[in-house]
Amino acid sequence: MTAITSNFSAAPVLPKWMASVLLLAFAYGVVPLIGSSYLFEAILLPFLALGLAGVGLNILTGYAGQVSLGSAAFMAAGAFAAYNLNLRVEGLPLIGSIFLAGIVAAAIGIVFGLPSLRLKGFYLAVSTLAAQFFVQWALTKFSWFSNESASGVIDAPRLSIGGLALDGAVGRYLFALTIVSILTFLAYRLVSSQTGRNFIAIRDNETAARIIGIPVLKTKLLAFAISSFIIGVAGVIWAFAYLRTVEPAGFDLDRSFQILFIIIIGGLASIRGAFFGAALIVVFPLGLSRLGGFLLGDVFDSGVLDMSQRIVLGALIILFLILEPDGLVALWDRIRRRLLFAWQST
Amino acid sequence: MPLASYALGMMDASVYAPEVFARGLPSTLQPSAVGVVPAGSIATAAAPLLSLQGIGLSFGGVVALADIDLSVNPGEIRAIIGPNGAGKSSLINVISGVYRADRGHVLLDGIRYGQVPTQRLAHLGVARTFQNLALFKGLSVLDNVASGLAYKVRSNFAGQVLGIGRSRGEQRDSLSRADQILEFLDLTTVRDRLAGTLPYGLQKRVELARALVAEPRLLLLDEPMAGMTAGEKSEMAGFVRAARDRFATTVVLIEHDVGVVMGLSDRIAVLDYGRKIADATPDEVRNDQRVIDAYLGVASDNEDGAGI
Ligand SMILES: Nc1ncnc2c1ncn2[C@@H]1O[C@H](COP(=O)(O)OP(=O)(O)O)[C@@H](O)[C@H]1O
Ligand SMILES: [Mg+2]
Repeated sequence: MTAITSNFSAAPVLPKWMASVLLLAFAYGVVPLIGSSYLFEAILLPFLALGLAGVGLNILTGYAGQVSLGSAAFMAAGAFAAYNLNLRVEGLPLIGSIFLAGIVAAAIGIVFGLPSLRLKGFYLAVSTLAAQFFVQWALTKFSWFSNESASGVIDAPRLSIGGLALDGAVGRYLFALTIVSILTFLAYRLVSSQTGRNFIAIRDNETAARIIGIPVLKTKLLAFAISSFIIGVAGVIWAFAYLRTVEPAGFDLDRSFQILFIIIIGGLASIRGAFFGAALIVVFPLGLSRLGGFLLGDVFDSGVLDMSQRIVLGALIILFLILEPDGLVALWDRIRRRLLFAWQST
Repeated sequence: MPLASYALGMMDASVYAPEVFARGLPSTLQPSAVGVVPAGSIATAAAPLLSLQGIGLSFGGVVALADIDLSVNPGEIRAIIGPNGAGKSSLINVISGVYRADRGHVLLDGIRYGQVPTQRLAHLGVARTFQNLALFKGLSVLDNVASGLAYKVRSNFAGQVLGIGRSRGEQRDSLSRADQILEFLDLTTVRDRLAGTLPYGLQKRVELARALVAEPRLLLLDEPMAGMTAGEKSEMAGFVRAARDRFATTVVLIEHDVGVVMGLSDRIAVLDYGRKIADATPDEVRNDQRVIDAYLGVASDNEDGAGI
């Protein structure tokens, strides 16, 4: 049985932080100059939002071992909470609304995490569906949440931080990038802290964890809270920076599965893996539609696209489960090591 | 398909007794009554650290333990032997609160428990290992051992993430103590390996390290040498003795290899079909006719630690 590894393999070339710094410098300094608005709107914004949601789910499922199918519910909770806080609380800065929206999502996460104290694995996954259906139902049923708009649609407020307007494509990208970078950094710190080790301990052997005195119940609920906070903020980015107009139906079970697939494909218990998986999930349909259009012409309409997407994605997930259970991140590390080896031996 | 089974939570439903954990154990059981704490140092020295009184436990129709009394004195290595299925692991599970005895009670340090509170076990100075490996496979050896100190951690996650408050000191302290134990048990070379990737014998030793790092007063070892080669066994026996000497730890040891047990332990209790049939020094046990009939006479059939 393969152990689910954490991010402990040392980077052979650069210290890890250096690679991150270079990547960030590129994302802040170069991408805004060269990127087209298509790149921001169709690729980078959904990538950032889904990547962050993947980080959140990975903390819960990859690290703490608690399977959840309720991710989209926590995204919705975050998005609608931020919308209402921004709308109804006079003088609350946007960043404050987003933080408090994360807290709201965390509170809901704790409530729906309570079954994890009794249930495991498959049964827990099914019980998290309750969150999925309940949140979506409540948001549709009570129009207060969407400020009495028809069918629960909400429009994002203007984005600005400290008086700096960020409404253009580049502005929204920088807005999302900043929040995602900060939360991802904190998530890194978390998973390598004692709390992160407690998560893994509970995942790998709950009985032994209890015996050595890890507060199992508290730690599980903490995993739900932190995970839901991050997923909630990802929901805000999804609604405010990417789509700008969302409705509860956009946060359905499909979305929850999408995030689960992201961490499975990217690599469980890996922060980087969430972004690998998100990149694949975002780019893959675009590539498929280009390819399909090129090969089949007009026959390849949106219905065919949708169907072929599901088929190929399903096959991909099965392949990953069988061939590369540690995900893209493991694949990437292996390729990199091989290249490095080839380079060193020349 | 490691990931799929993991995702569905089937990988290690439980080390033993899945049915108990599916139901969940009451985590905050108060001691049923507070016994008399012995006063005066002479009385303390003489009083047993652990005693079991009239412990009875059955599973459905199977009687795992019947009316067991046992006392363990501070500083001794106390072996429990017996054929497979005799109830040895059940006894350790009762002492560590994993099972609740149907009858009788456990006295730990003069305090009487109907069921020992598992969640507080580490605080009570009790650590244990498991008959079947129970390491955290996805953590490094060092982190596995450091997790043995998790019960002491008082910083919260926010402090740890931001690296403020007492979290830094705690982190430094637990890693350096884990390193010391690794050195003591000659595990330094595998310090950064993932625990799940180590050979079986080393994993057993890492589990001992995880239990020892808390410097427990009472150490419960359930077949720490099962499945080892003769060389590994004597090495492990050396570590157990060294641990007792260095940390003044009292050890309860379950082991099948009679040769190892005779050389290592101060007193031996022999179980058979859930009953205690002998309780004496190694020499006396060796010559006890009932023990010879029940156990020593027959070849051990549990060399690989099969069964629970
Ligand atoms: N969780 C359990 N459920 C049912 N029966 C059990 C359980 N644990 C132990 N037993 C039974 O109790 C008896 C004693 O088992 P155990 O304590 O594991 O023996 P030993 O460790 O001496 O081999 C056996 O008959 C075993 O089948
Ligand atoms: Mg046993």
